[in-house]
Amino acid sequence: MTHPYLSVEQLTQRYPNGSGGEMTVFENASFGVEKGEFVVIIGHSGCGKSTIMSILAGLAESTEGVVIMDGAEVSGPSLDRGVVFQNYSLLPWLTTLKNVTFAVEARYPNWSKDQVLEHSKKHLEMVGLNGDVFNRKPSQLSGGMRQRVSIARAFAISPKLLLLDEPFGALDALTRGSIQDELLKVWAGTDQTVFMITHDIDEAILLADRILLMTNGPYARVAESVDITIPRPRNRTEIVEHPNYYAIRNHLVQFLGKRSKELAGPTGLVENRPETVHFDNTAMIAKTKKSSVAV
Amino acid sequence: MTALSLNQRAALLSVILLIVGLCIWEVAIPAQQAAGELTEYERLTGGGTPKAGVPPPSKVIEKAWEQLSNPFYDAGPNDKGIGIQIGYSIYRVLSGYFLAALLAIPLGFLIGMSTIAYKALNPFIQVLRPISPLAWMPLALFIIQDSEQSAIFVIFICSIWPMLINTAFGVAGVRKDWVNVARTHELGSLRTAFIVILPAAAPTIVTGMRISIGIAWLVIVAAEMLVGGTGIGYYVWNEWNNLDLTSVIFSILMIGVVGMALDAMFGVLQRYVAYSE
Repeated sequence: MTHPYLSVEQLTQRYPNGSGGEMTVFENASFGVEKGEFVVIIGHSGCGKSTIMSILAGLAESTEGVVIMDGAEVSGPSLDRGVVFQNYSLLPWLTTLKNVTFAVEARYPNWSKDQVLEHSKKHLEMVGLNGDVFNRKPSQLSGGMRQRVSIARAFAISPKLLLLDEPFGALDALTRGSIQDELLKVWAGTDQTVFMITHDIDEAILLADRILLMTNGPYARVAESVDITIPRPRNRTEIVEHPNYYAIRNHLVQFLGKRSKELAGPTGLVENRPETVHFDNTAMIAKTKKSSVAV
Repeated sequence: MTALSLNQRAALLSVILLIVGLCIWEVAIPAQQAAGELTEYERLTGGGTPKAGVPPPSKVIEKAWEQLSNPFYDAGPNDKGIGIQIGYSIYRVLSGYFLAALLAIPLGFLIGMSTIAYKALNPFIQVLRPISPLAWMPLALFIIQDSEQSAIFVIFICSIWPMLINTAFGVAGVRKDWVNVARTHELGSLRTAFIVILPAAAPTIVTGMRISIGIAWLVIVAAEMLVGGTGIGYYVWNEWNNLDLTSVIFSILMIGVVGMALDAMFGVLQRYVAYSE
């Protein structure tokens, strides 16, 4: 069996529950992510999404199980795994530009000052920031601009795996929309592997190649892996017209509304791999279209 | 009147309060009675000789003018200009203070970063901190055998605690997310300290430094009264022994002005390191 680029094997997380016992957040969760893939994980609060993210980032350790990326076990944080947090990814005492350059300097210690500056500016411009924004402090930026800076920094160091922990969770809907487009645009030009947490189904469908669905905790697991069978480049107004869109969306809503609860609880299996769910109505629709033309 | 800004009106009010205060002070000082108006008994008991009373502000201003127009004269150990005396005090305060900063800030970093260091050192800090700095004076004089350096030591010991505790508190309180930013960018411990921890904790550290310099300036006056020789504290005590209350009042004012200037310097530094999230 060939291993995927990122392979999560039998990951288990237990915490002491405060009364002498243990609380199992998730158990034997296993899944893989291919190189260049954009994977989004959705689940209710408390299912351990953020814990999985921290383990992937190397900021936390799992109770059991391993994470293997590009043939090596993940242990401790590294520049190979870039993280964008929901808040506080930026250092408030540094200007926008310095917030990017310090990371670029860390990534490419042999680069000259000019190279670092040019590379940083290029990535900030890619997310639509320029001019006097470079010299402003994060407190003088809007929430959306701050997350753009975080994204620019993450892409500037081109990590092997980019982890996005609800990056747009604190933004209003309109800002979120435009910054999602920005993220898609930047991502499209790279073969960056992305792993993202969100609560927003529409955001997930717009961005992802694949959506991982988690059951409720405790004993949460990644129950399903839904392929997003909508071709790229995607556009929020056009994807809703796609024949697969509502099939996928309804499935996700059903899962989060009902089945995440029904499927909850321990399985007793040594390995909980997600079931692949694949919708493809394009052929069917094409047929009905043809027949309607014939009529 | 409406054309004046809030600050201008406040300044105007300050000046009025000052003038009113000085006038009340001036009027409240009883005039020396002429000898002719005294009873025989009063004359016999020495009532006619000039009494050393609290001087009126006009005398103090006169003295201030005289002293400040020639602050650096040196006419022997008992008669030096106010500038020289204040210079000695500032020198002692700054020497003791910087020595304290040199120890307190790195040690505070260590205590803030490591729980075990915090727990191990905390009992010592808690016992040493409430000791009045002047209580160290006899021991310092005995061990150091030099009054000048003993005064510096007393400043050192009194300014160390606020800096140490604030540094530890500031470093321990650095937001975990910022530390994680450093970790995910593989910054080494030195770069983490300078790029993330120090700037994050700087406002708290500078607050500690500001408290320390205030305390150091309070303590130097008392310390110099004990060790003598030079300094503004010695000057106050010496003028008291000379029964020159005008100079005493003038030097009290100078202590206040210098203290205010020292504090203002740290106020500027505080604004410089401040950040908003």
